[in-house]
Amino acid sequence: MIKKFFHQFASPKSYFAIANKFGKPVLAFFFLLYIGALVWGLFFTPPDVVQGDSYRIIYMHVPASFMAQILFVVMAITSAVFLIWKLKLAAYVSKSIAPIGAIVTFFALFSGSIWGIPTWGTWWQWDARITSTLILFIMYLGLISLHASFENKDKADKFFSVLVLIGVVNIPVIKKSVDWWSTLHQSASITLTSKPSIDPVMLYPLMFSIVAFIGLIFGLVILSSQNEILKREKYKSWVKNI
Amino acid sequence: MKKDRKKRLFGVLLIIGSSCLGIGLILYALNSNLDYFLTPSELKQSDENVVLSANTRVKLGGMVKKDSFFIDENKVNFEVTDFEDSIKVIYEGLLPDLFKEGKGIVVLGKYIDGIFYADEVFAKHDENYMPPNLELN
Repeated sequence: MIKKFFHQFASPKSYFAIANKFGKPVLAFFFLLYIGALVWGLFFTPPDVVQGDSYRIIYMHVPASFMAQILFVVMAITSAVFLIWKLKLAAYVSKSIAPIGAIVTFFALFSGSIWGIPTWGTWWQWDARITSTLILFIMYLGLISLHASFENKDKADKFFSVLVLIGVVNIPVIKKSVDWWSTLHQSASITLTSKPSIDPVMLYPLMFSIVAFIGLIFGLVILSSQNEILKREKYKSWVKNI
Repeated sequence: MKKDRKKRLFGVLLIIGSSCLGIGLILYALNSNLDYFLTPSELKQSDENVVLSANTRVKLGGMVKKDSFFIDENKVNFEVTDFEDSIKVIYEGLLPDLFKEGKGIVVLGKYIDGIFYADEVFAKHDENYMPPNLELN
């Protein structure tokens, strides 16, 4: 039965139908939730003792940086699924994540720069965390242009997926960069192993903003993958009937 | 699992594995070159091994030593410490808002005869966040 479920869900047609039903409500719901998280973070939390009000960009910077990495991991998983099981849907999802990942990573870098000016006194330094995130951004751009450069889209999917698998090694490097090398960027405030070094009154809205942002971005991924399916399967009879 | 799928799974693992190995070796070879700054003891030691030329710009990082900060003839003086060793820093210019004794700092400049002449100063803040009223308690 599980096998049957997967076979059904994994067909672009039935995925499209489900996505069509849930995509927009999910996006709308998490968008509102994220707005709520920002209002909470920007207006209903105390300032930081060291950084004052400028720390509040954390409610945008941390969700964006987190998602920039998570999207690449998701892309690696769907790419592996595509390469092993030859599931077309997985390739479509992979491909539709790349531009969203690029935008989110740019936003992470941009908000980090804005944060850096008042606190560090600089908007750009070549430290390990910032540089590895820039590499992530360039990798997203490279993946987009790699896929676009192929006339044969089936071939493009294959090369795209292989490149994603090569690039995913960068993710643990980004994550551990602040521990392996000396950096200007501070180390993680929230870890799995120890108590968060951020006070609960700021931690809760931060967690809330991260969860809302995850939902918001996955809502976008669903919509964008629908788009990709329509583009790639436009000659199939079920698409023509829509 | 079917035989050809197993083969492809092996292929996927091979790609990830070789990429890990490649990147790992590169990072291992670069190792301390990827450090953003040197601590005072590291800088002193590397200066002992190879005397830095007067034109070499280096980054020094650590904590601003308590009670070491003063202003003399429009020049900012303080010491950067890693709690083992400390280096005197002279700087002319604006300090970032978060500059404070006992807090993290990174200075960029030249190290000549045991004194660090900085031309840029960056404040390094830590990963702790708390509201101001809690610090008093």
